[in-house]
Parts: sequence; structure tokens; C-alpha cells
Amino acid sequence: MEKIIIEVFNLIAILALGLIPFLKTRERGYLTLGVISLQVIIISILAFSLFANGPVEYSYAGSFITGFIPVRIDYLSAWFILVISFTFLTGVWYGVQYMKKYMDQSDNLALHAGAFIVLYTSLIDICMIQNSLVFLVVWEIMALASFILIIFEHYKSATLKAGINFLIQSHVCILFLTVAFMWVKVKTGSFDFNAITQFTSAQPIMVGLALFLFFFSGFAIKAGFVPFHTWLPQAHPAAPAHISGIMSGVIIKIGIYGLLRILMLIKTDMVTIGFFILFISLITGLYGVMLAIVQHNLKKLLAYHSIENIGIIGIGIGLGCLGLGYNNHLLVISGFGGALLHVLNHSLFKSLLFYSSGNVYQARHTMSIELLGGLIKKMPHTGYLFLIGSLAICGLPPFNGFISEFFLYNGLFHGLVSSNFMFILFLLFAILGLVMIGGLALICFTKAFGIVFLGTQRAELHEDADIEKPQRILPMYGIGLFIMIIGLFPFLFTPSLLKVITLYLPGLDTLAQSQFGDMLGQLTKVGWYSLGFLALIMVIYLLKGQITKKRVVSLYETWGCAFSGGTPKMQYSASSFIRSYRKLAEPILSIKKVKQEAVGLYPHDIMQETHAHDKIETWLIDKPIFAIRKLLNSFVFLQNGNIQAYILYGFVFVGLALLLPSVIEKLMVLINFLNQL
Amino acid sequence: MVSLLLIFIMSLFFSGFIIRTKSILSGRKGPGLFQPMLDIFRLWKKGSVISQTTSFIFQIAPSAYFASVIMAILMIPHGNNPGLISFDGDFIMFAYVLAFGKFLMIISALDTGSSFEGMGASREALFSMLVEPAFFILLGSFALFTGQSSFHQIFSTLHYGSQISYLLGGLASFVLVMIAMIENSRMPLDDPKTHLELTMVHEVMILDNSGFDLGLIMYTTNLKFAMYGAIISNFFIGMFPYEISIPMFFIIQIGFAIAVGIIESFMARFRMGHNPQFVFILTSVSLLIFFGVLLVLGKFV
Repeated sequence: MEKIIIEVFNLIAILALGLIPFLKTRERGYLTLGVISLQVIIISILAFSLFANGPVEYSYAGSFITGFIPVRIDYLSAWFILVISFTFLTGVWYGVQYMKKYMDQSDNLALHAGAFIVLYTSLIDICMIQNSLVFLVVWEIMALASFILIIFEHYKSATLKAGINFLIQSHVCILFLTVAFMWVKVKTGSFDFNAITQFTSAQPIMVGLALFLFFFSGFAIKAGFVPFHTWLPQAHPAAPAHISGIMSGVIIKIGIYGLLRILMLIKTDMVTIGFFILFISLITGLYGVMLAIVQHNLKKLLAYHSIENIGIIGIGIGLGCLGLGYNNHLLVISGFGGALLHVLNHSLFKSLLFYSSGNVYQARHTMSIELLGGLIKKMPHTGYLFLIGSLAICGLPPFNGFISEFFLYNGLFHGLVSSNFMFILFLLFAILGLVMIGGLALICFTKAFGIVFLGTQRAELHEDADIEKPQRILPMYGIGLFIMIIGLFPFLFTPSLLKVITLYLPGLDTLAQSQFGDMLGQLTKVGWYSLGFLALIMVIYLLKGQITKKRVVSLYETWGCAFSGGTPKMQYSASSFIRSYRKLAEPILSIKKVKQEAVGLYPHDIMQETHAHDKIETWLIDKPIFAIRKLLNSFVFLQNGNIQAYILYGFVFVGLALLLPSVIEKLMVLINFLNQL
Repeated sequence: MVSLLLIFIMSLFFSGFIIRTKSILSGRKGPGLFQPMLDIFRLWKKGSVISQTTSFIFQIAPSAYFASVIMAILMIPHGNNPGLISFDGDFIMFAYVLAFGKFLMIISALDTGSSFEGMGASREALFSMLVEPAFFILLGSFALFTGQSSFHQIFSTLHYGSQISYLLGGLASFVLVMIAMIENSRMPLDDPKTHLELTMVHEVMILDNSGFDLGLIMYTTNLKFAMYGAIISNFFIGMFPYEISIPMFFIIQIGFAIAVGIIESFMARFRMGHNPQFVFILTSVSLLIFFGVLLVLGKFV
């Protein structure tokens, strides 16, 4: 049954791809909409029935190259399938509306629609295939499809540059994964994922750790862990809004899926892995949000926030691994549980934020925070949805971000009751890190929301009025509703979550399950109290309305300390809002300032610009590439544009290739001869 | 329930005690203890002026801010008597609910599009970000010390066994007093009585609020003070019955208010640029408490 469903799922995609060339531009959009919706329905039925009936496994015979191809769908796959499907569903509904502005680029749109379907199908397949060769092939298809989606506006050089950057880094990721998978294949002779378990349990711990490091590097590039994050802040702003939302919501999460899958399979020292992941994740979370605050491009700010959230997810994964290593069930549950829930939550609020930023972009044709302002009056739906996303991403109750962060905090505080000093110290830093991340996110999103949507517009901008159409807003409200449901009724989701977590604890006894019951109860309480909090706000607001009903309320301009000649330029701006923070963080970040001060009696225009650079990108990517380029530039004389010379190179190469073996043979004869002497 | 009532009673007089202390120390007679509350009542009766630039956020923010503090107060126990809301990890929700109120106040300041209010908002955001770690480590230390993880359980099982633990209680009170000062934007960081907008934090954020909303915000400040006072008192009244714990609650609260008055009378406001360093001190003091706890528990290697 499941086999047929999945085959139909893939077949629909293939048929749709064949159909796209024969349709008109508008029909292509509706086809994509229909196909993705249909696929989502089919695969969601599969995933939900899986949660009810248990994991499914079947296999194909495969060819002599791939060998036997197992397809295993367990709770982890189902969880990710549902997360991916929901984001794609909202993404396609939003995207069709978003793309209406590009109707004239017919061919480009056809490619985009095709790649969109391929991306969705390949992402779902990745969650199910457990043959490493086929997995890598699908992974490559996924990378290429997302590359095509990112470079939709390929006529802009910045977009193309970001796309190529993404393409190269994706292939570095695939390189790491290939090495890791081939290592297992060579040693065990099997492409099956289970070979990883066999291989690592038979080998010393160090081998397992080395293998894990390869897997981690590969998946970390996809997920955007620091220092492998550099493609992310470039690719997100370059892509169309719905693609940014999907990329941030689910494509980077496929890296997390890979990591979780490998952790399930690999048998090695979980304590070391746990400390390692926790350390990297803390740095990722802090670095991501610290850089996010100083960004002036709204989409780039959101992209850096994705890095931060990957850090939070990573903290959960690290905690879970430590729990496995120290055999502490509560830690496993809160760690992996928090991480998995945050995967879902982040996919929701981040796609919502990106879609809202897409509305802002199409209404004002800029993403520069400094120029925008007062949009909440022009685009109220977008504004309030962005506010919901912002509150959720800061992890504030009553929204969903709080539920997953509460999960993590709970694990951290319970883990403190341990006798291992190093462990306590690490947990302390994790708590510190998580708190700092939360506080910094608050600065970041008060800035983003406050400057973009509140006050008045800071510059003369292009104005498109027809953005807030119901078709475009509806999928966003869908996400907003989902955010609220998780925040208020988390008990709807925890049973499925428990099933996913038990994959890591095969022999979970009743005692541990009762502990989980406690935590479930706690989350339920948090949900109800959040609802109460919401009600309290409403009651107080309504009461205030009743009390002040008869009072005089007059409108007046904003109090300017008796100065009434204000212009929009006098408002507090984004850079000034974060100035004190920037001063504090300056030693860690590298911020370039360009300044022209007023000098002389008749000064010219004054200006000041600040640009934040990613230090890790400079040191890890830019400088080595610069060095390599410098070295290779010494050989530039070879590229002289002379066709005769190029033919000569060919001859020289062929000649060397032919001659070298015989020369070596002669040399060997000579050496043997000398030896005999 | 008991703590809710006590905190409400105390909130009516808290600023009165502060102002009275300050006036006595500066050689004046000063207003009555209930005067600040009367001022707030007067504000509640007034109409208001609202900026044309603002949106709905400006209208709802004071109510949400007030609600967030009420919600936080509901979680605070009184000795053995738990708060109305009490569950494992409630202090996490406590901090995040307060942050929710702060988030809305910050964006409501930005809502006015003023050239001053963003300044206060920016500082408020930064300082509350910096002060948060101190609170979490403090509670983390006591969670570790008692092996519990909710306000009520932590405070009801808190026993001072050795001299070091008394030191911890004292340090914790210091940290909480300072957190209260920062959260309410009082003296060493910010001078609510200054008349220069450029140097204010909280006061400049609410420049455009008037009438009922302003009264609500000012009353919330009093509630917040009483709330932190209640947490401090909980460090000491753990196992006493009501006839001792309730007078002790008031003594500690009034002591706290007088301490605030003394600090405000004898300290000058820091330069704005030095504030982050000062806030960082709190985090390091709470780290000190944390390691003290490890030392007491014998987990320090």
C-alpha cells in the first residue's frame, strides 16, 4: 500500500514535469499549485497513517550498481515529511501570487515551476531512501533544483553570484557526504544505511567519531552551522520570497534531518559528540543573532536569524546526545523533543516572516530597513502577521517558539542535577547562551518590526497598493493560525513527538515514559496558562476601553519636546536603534564605517554608513580563495589566447601520458640493473 | 493567592516609601506614603492625547505590559503557599512573560515615530537583554542548590545549612535588588526625575503616553517593584507560618524600598556608556553564586 502511494507521489511529479512545456504561463502556475497540493495531501495521509500504524519498510531490487534499495519510513521521516509538506503547501499558494509580478518571463517561470516540483519531490524522497548511493543522487537533484529556484532573477549579477556560491558550497557538502558514505561502503560492501551501524559498532570509537565528523561537516553545510553558514545570508536575499521561506523553513532542515538520522545509526561515544554539537550550536546561535542585529537588509536579517535558530535546534540535539551518552532519559526527551519541535516551529514562523517580507518587497521595491516605515497602516495584514512571526521567533509566550524553548530550558535545568563538573559547566553555558540568544533576538525583532512597520516612511519609495489580496494573505493566516495552535495547545503535537523520540530510546521503560508524561503535562499547562495570559490582556484592554469610554481622547502630533517641525527623517532609525549594541559588539564583529563629517564654515553634505562584515566568511572563504587565486595567477601566461599554444598543450599532455609509463618502465629496469650490481 | 494579595497591598505604598526616604535624607518633610498612588488615581481619571502616527499597537501595549506583570506575579509563591500558577519550570515562563510585555512597550515607543522615544526603547532592549542572564543563572543556582525547578518548590525547600549559603542568600538579594532597579529603570542606570530626554531610559519611552495608559504604566512600575521585593522576601520566609512570614514580608519589602531610596539619594547616575559594564557585573555575581552553590554541594573540582 505505502509503496503504491509513494510511487504515485513520484509519478505525479514526473507527469507534471512532462506537461509543463505544453501549457501557457498562467496554467503552469495553476498546474504547480494543483500538483503540489495533491502531492501534499497524498503524502500527509501516508505520514499520518504512519503515526497511527507504525513504521513501514519495503525495498526495491535495484541494479548491480546501487544494489538493494531499502525504503524505510519511520516516525522521524514522517515528522520531517509533514514539516516539509506544510511549508511547501503554503509556499506554493503564496508563491503563485508572488510570481504574478513576473508574468512576462514565461520561460523562466516554466523552469521555476518545474524545479519547484522537483525540489519538493526530492526532499520527500530524501526522508525515505536508505541506500546511500541513491540518497546522494537525490540529494544532488535537490541541490540543483534549489539552485535553479534561487537564481530566478539571474539577470541580476548579485543573484547569480549568490546562486553560484550556493551551488559550490552544496557540492562541498555532497563531497563530504560522499566520502563518508563511500568509507562505509568500502569497509562493509553495502550501501544500506544499516551498514553504518554495523561498521561503527565493530570499529574502535575513534573511527566512529571520524566518520561522524565527515557526516557532520556535510550536513552542517546544508543546515548552516557556523562556520559553514556563509552561503545562507547570500542565497536567502537573492531568491524570491517564497523560495527564501521554503529554503529557510525546510531546505536547511534537511541537513538537520540528516544529522538526526546519522545520530540514530552511528554507534560511538555519544558524550563527545554531544559536547561537540552543543559547543558548535552555541557559537552558531550567538554568532547568527549577533550578526542579524546589524543587518540593514530585511531578508539578510532573517537569513542570519535562520542560522541562530539552527543553533537553537543544535543545542537540543547536543543535549539529546549527552542524554544518550550519560543514559539520562529526561535529557534525551527534552533535548531531541525541543529540537524536533523547534524544527517545526521555525519552519512556520520563518516562512511567515519571509512571505511578509516578500509583500513588503513587492509593495515598496526595497528591502532596506532604513528606508521603510509606517507600513502597518498601509498593509495591516502583513504587519500583524509579521508581528506574530517576530514574537514567535523571540520565543515569547503565547506563541509556538516559547514551547520549544521551554522544552530546552527544562532539559537544561533538570540536567544541572548531575555530579559531573564539566557537564554542569557546559549546561550553564548553554543556559547562558540560550538566554542571550533570546535577549538579542528581542533587540533584533523590535528593530525589524518597529522600524519597518511603525512610525512613518523614511524615504520616497515606489508604492504598489494591490499587494494585500486575499489569495496572498490566506496562506499566511494559515501559518499564523498554526503558530497559535502550537503555542496554546501543545498537547496536540506531543504524542507524535514522543513517538519520534522513542526511536532514540529503543528500550524505553515505563518509568521513563511516566517522566515524559510529567513533561507533557507541563507543556499542556504552559499552553493553558498562555491562553490565560492572552485572555488577561484582552480583559484588561476591554476594561480600559469601558473605563475610558467617556473620557476625551484627542489626536495630536507626536510629542517632540515642543519642537513641531519634524520630518520623517528625524525619527529614530534602525542604525541608531542598535547603536549602543553595536558599540558593545564591535570587538567581535567587523563593522566598516564610512563617514564624512561637517568641516569648515560652509560644510558639504554629511554622511555615515556602516557595513557589517562576516568575519568568519572573510577568514574561511575570502582570504583562502584570494590566496589560491594569487598563486594561480602566476600561471596566467599559459592562458595566452593563442590557439596554436593550446593545441601544443594538448600534444604535450598526450605525449606525456603516453611516454611516462614507458619512461618509468625503463627507469625501473635501470634501477633493477643497478641493484643487481 | 496570599502573595498576590500581599503584593497588591505593598504596591500601593512602595513608591511612597521610596519618596519618603529620599525626602527625609535630603532634609525635607516629603509627601504622604499614599501620595504616588493618588497621583496615579488622578491620571486614571483623565482623558488622553494620542499621536496621529500611532497604530493599534500603541493602544494595546500598556494593557499588555500590565497584564504581563500581573501574570508574572501570579507565579510568585509566599513561603509554603504556592502562587496561583505553579508548575515545573514556572520561572522560565515568568521571565518570558515579562519579556513579552517589554517587547510590546518597546515597539509602542517606536510606533510614535518620535526622535526621542526610540532612544529609550533601544536602551531598554539592550539592558533587559543584558540583565536576563543574571536572573536565569541566579534561579539556575537555586534550582541546583535545592534540586527543584519551580518557584514554590525552590523557596519551600531552601535551607541555609552553612555560612556560605547565608552568603549566597545575601548575594542573591543584592542581585535581585539590582535587577529590580534595572527593570524599573531606576537610579544607578537611569534617573526618572531627570528632565533631559537624552539621558532617560524608561521615562523617555513613554513620553507620548498620557491619561489612563500613563497611570497604568506607572502603577505597573510599582507592581514590579513589589514583585521583586516578594521574590527577595521568599529567600528568607521559606518555612515560617503566616503570623511570622507576613510581617517579615512587609519588613523586607519596606527595607527594600528604603534601600532603593538610599541608593537614589547617595548615588549619581552612571554615564550611559558605562551601564552595560555595570549590568554585566550582575551576571558575574550570579556566576559567583552558581560556583558557591557547587562548592556547598561539593561538586566543585
